[in-house]
Amino acid sequence: MRRIPIPAIFGLVMTALFFSMAILAPLIAPYGVGEIVGDVWETPSRAHPLGTDNIGRDLLTRMIYGGQTTILVATLATAISFVTGACLGLFAAVIGGWVDQVLSRGVDLVMSIPTLIFALVVLSVMPVTLPVLILVMGLLDATRVYRLSRAVAVDIRVMDFVEAAVLRGEGRGWIIFREILPNALSPLVAEMGLRFIFMVLFVSTLSFLGLGVQPPAADWGGIVKENKDGIVYGIGAALWPAAAIAVLAISVNLVADWILGRTTSLRGGRG
Amino acid sequence: MTDALLRVRDLRIGATIYPPGAKAQDIEIVHGVSFDLEKGKVLGLIGESGAGKSTIGLAALAYGRGSVRITDGEVCLNGRDILTLGSRGHRALRGAEVSYVSQSAAASFNPAKPILAQVIEAAVRHGRMSRRTAEARAIDLFRQLGLPEPDRIGDRYPHQVSGGQLQRCMTALALCPEPDLVVFDEPTTALDVTTQIDVLKAIKDAIAATGVAALYITHDLAVVAQVADEIMVLRGGQTVEHGATEQIINSPREDYTRALVSVRSIQHPAQPEPPAKVVEIEGICARYKGLHFDILSDINLALSPGRTLAVVGESGSGKSTLARVMTGLLPPREGRILFEGRALVPEQRARPREDLREIQMIYQMADVAMNPRQSVETIIGRPLEFYFNLRGAEKRRRTVELLDAIDLGAAYLDRYPAELSGGQKQRVCIARALAARPKVIICDEVTSALDPLVADGILKLLLDLQRVEGVAYMFITHDLATVRAIADTIAVMHRGRVVRYGPKSRVLSPPFDDYTDLLLGSVPEMRIGWLEEVIAQRKMESAGN
Amino acid sequence: MNGLVLRFVAQRVALSLLLLLLVSVLIFAGTQILPGDVAASILGQSATPEALANLREELGLNQPAWWRYLAWLGGLLQGDLGTSLTNGRDIGEAIGQRFSNTLFLAATAAIIAVPLAIFLGLVSVLYRERWPDKVISGISLASVSVPEFLIGYILMFWIGVQLGWAPSVAILNEGMGFWQKLHAISLPVAVLTLVVLAHMMRMTRAALLNVLQSPYIETAELKGLSQMSVIWRHAMPNAISPVVNVVMLNLAYLVVGVVVVEVVFVYPGMGQFLVDHVSKRDVPVVQACGLIFAAVYIGLNMVADIVSILANPRLRHPK
Repeated sequence: MRRIPIPAIFGLVMTALFFSMAILAPLIAPYGVGEIVGDVWETPSRAHPLGTDNIGRDLLTRMIYGGQTTILVATLATAISFVTGACLGLFAAVIGGWVDQVLSRGVDLVMSIPTLIFALVVLSVMPVTLPVLILVMGLLDATRVYRLSRAVAVDIRVMDFVEAAVLRGEGRGWIIFREILPNALSPLVAEMGLRFIFMVLFVSTLSFLGLGVQPPAADWGGIVKENKDGIVYGIGAALWPAAAIAVLAISVNLVADWILGRTTSLRGGRG
Repeated sequence: MTDALLRVRDLRIGATIYPPGAKAQDIEIVHGVSFDLEKGKVLGLIGESGAGKSTIGLAALAYGRGSVRITDGEVCLNGRDILTLGSRGHRALRGAEVSYVSQSAAASFNPAKPILAQVIEAAVRHGRMSRRTAEARAIDLFRQLGLPEPDRIGDRYPHQVSGGQLQRCMTALALCPEPDLVVFDEPTTALDVTTQIDVLKAIKDAIAATGVAALYITHDLAVVAQVADEIMVLRGGQTVEHGATEQIINSPREDYTRALVSVRSIQHPAQPEPPAKVVEIEGICARYKGLHFDILSDINLALSPGRTLAVVGESGSGKSTLARVMTGLLPPREGRILFEGRALVPEQRARPREDLREIQMIYQMADVAMNPRQSVETIIGRPLEFYFNLRGAEKRRRTVELLDAIDLGAAYLDRYPAELSGGQKQRVCIARALAARPKVIICDEVTSALDPLVADGILKLLLDLQRVEGVAYMFITHDLATVRAIADTIAVMHRGRVVRYGPKSRVLSPPFDDYTDLLLGSVPEMRIGWLEEVIAQRKMESAGN
Repeated sequence: MNGLVLRFVAQRVALSLLLLLLVSVLIFAGTQILPGDVAASILGQSATPEALANLREELGLNQPAWWRYLAWLGGLLQGDLGTSLTNGRDIGEAIGQRFSNTLFLAATAAIIAVPLAIFLGLVSVLYRERWPDKVISGISLASVSVPEFLIGYILMFWIGVQLGWAPSVAILNEGMGFWQKLHAISLPVAVLTLVVLAHMMRMTRAALLNVLQSPYIETAELKGLSQMSVIWRHAMPNAISPVVNVVMLNLAYLVVGVVVVEVVFVYPGMGQFLVDHVSKRDVPVVQACGLIFAAVYIGLNMVADIVSILANPRLRHPK
């Protein structure tokens, strides 16, 4: 067993903490998510470690539930983005020809509109519910995953070992899953980390604009929106999500970096 | 030894390596090397990859590539230790007193600037001459190096001239500031053999005309024998033998040097051709999609069972395209390929599995010919499973058998490609091809990425396996020495045509056609004075015409 | 400029126009053909069937989609962006002033961010693996990890409210002079600069490092040139095209960033206008704004590609 570098341990521990907090939210949150327990914008106290929000709900509770929503949405959207993008990308690279052309030009087209703008356009006519939100985010982001996985797969596809497998007479399944995929995995996994962070930022932004997670459900972007008026009076309640998002993003980044560095070794030494 | 231009004493060079996933490690790559070089002399540094020869060459400029740094010893140039100079002193030295010619001129010229500006830059920047003088000198050098249109070639951009010409421009770049020492780092290795001879001659003449001293680094003893006064043989960062060129070539003292001198001396008398043919190539014409001319035109060749057909030619001759046609990756425009008398389906995808099994392929770069994520067992075992449905213990037994056949053995079953040396990788690729029990193996430049001694081992192995398995080889190469070593039949290709074809003894003896003559005459021979002889002979011939 | 370059540039411009046309189709399709019903979403759940039918008629929803698209496109080509559903005003008129406000904000941010990013990228390459590089990459990693709106509130909280150095809400008035306006938008500009800077610097650094690893840089070093002159004379000419690409790519972040930042600072620009009308489900406004943002984005990418073409010696000096 090789030693894990300290930044990666930090990243792993923090990421695990965030995810377990999301899963165990109802058990660890001190109050109910919509429960009004005090005055408006109370300062932190023993009863309310982070204080209360704009209508007197416990901010820590809101943050924990908010984390649950944010992480859930981001995880599912990343999953959709990955499954769609990676499958289509590998597929296009291996099949080539007009299938590749059609897919790639279509993706170019979608990517020529900034993601947030496209999401706003689509959300202006769709009902804003969690499934719609996850689907829109996931599909829009799949274009980036498609580009990356296609590029990686095209690079691998021209390698002699793939040609050797083709000459042997191997079928498409073997070529994709046994020859190309194992070699494409490490950049894809690292990218998955980055996509997840992007999704967290994306859903927070949408919620902040009022077009993401709808109240009374809590999420980190929404907490900012609810408490932003306090800023002008010097009340920092809206800044807690900033810290949460930044720590989560940096942790995931560290883990992704470590995975990328570890697996690019192509099993030079085994360990 | 006060008159030595360059004096190197107990030079030690270290580097930091970053093994994947582990901590950075400091290693020593040159372990105490010493030599002297007098004014106007040429010292050849020779060795296989990893011998530290380039690193030593760059040390003469007090330069270390990447994490490489000089840890101990002294390098005195013109009587002062250049390692103690500091960065300002190093800059004053580089490009003025010492200059450098790299292996790949194409990459070493700045693509965004015209050639002349780059050639004179060092001379002008160091204030060694005025711009006007430097330009005049550069044009003189262009002329001396035999470049076409010496007055105008400097206005061109690097991508507008050929590789051989660019390598000469690089030599002009190094000589322009009138340095005392030039380091040539494999200056002809990337060139075709017929281009190499001209560039080699141009470099040799330029060295003689300017009276500059030179370090000439190469892995090819035959090349360095033509230009060097002295030769130093390096291995693993240590000096093996150092002496006058004459002594090293004609009476080497060390075993390793002897092995280098006698490399490619495999004797393989051509076998008589049996009447039956395993593959016949009939009237093949082929072109790539979107091209308006044929890469291959009217190729007719035949391959006998258990024999070797060598297809030899320079880059662009179409020899690798022929392999693609054989394997069905590029269906021909005209013509057909017969296997044991019946025509093969042109398209690889439509060929029956049995036909695919019969023709296997071995690649030039063994590194990329094996999936880095598969173990040796999987790599060799897959064809067994795929073609013969072998499973479990039986498959393993056969895999071990194959590993024994390539002199590696069962210990290598669990290894991954990254854990193998270059020669071992190529051996595993050979085993993978043999696993299919094919009648024909196409070998595409299988030894050209390997060091000469390792390449020799691979060629011997291939010949042994041919005797045992009775497999026929189609051996694609640019290297005539390899051809001499293993071919029974030879086809010489030039610009998509077969210009000469027949049994080895006939193809390699006169009368020659022009191209074969040029090609054969350009292969460096391991004797002193060969270069002059060839050039003199060519001059006579052209005068006679 | 020779014929070859001209041909490539012309091709690229034509491609961008085609792309813009297809994007207009996509935006139209995104709002019209998706399962959501515009009329229903405008009127809400309590709408009566008659009201729905009337609104559909009024919006032309009973016509086939391709006909409505052509009508919309025809209007666009004549400079008619349509009328807003919510207040019946001409969209072009409503957008005009806001567009120039947005441009003012974005341009100010770009003028500060681009030279600064290139300079800092250069510094971190010159001092790579030493403390200036580490500080710069640490800060940029941190600001990449925080969404724009949060950076906005952090600055607002700290600089605007606690220190009181700049107005925390960016309101523009008719009577304001240029410097007053600049003062008013100092915080949003700071946020945008910070967001774009982080990305642009990281990518400039990577692009420069990539160029610096080329063998011709080693050639220049072995000529004994100083580090400045290696970078200036040999790296820069080859770095133009990757750096311009980086700059343009990140100005595109600006397009997105500006939407959010305008909302944070209640700035009267296009971004805030777009977000407002998305909430109100005012489809014609959303379409118009979406298309304008996309056009800017496509234009930036086109400029990047054209610069790469112009900077490529192989095209400028063909064989």
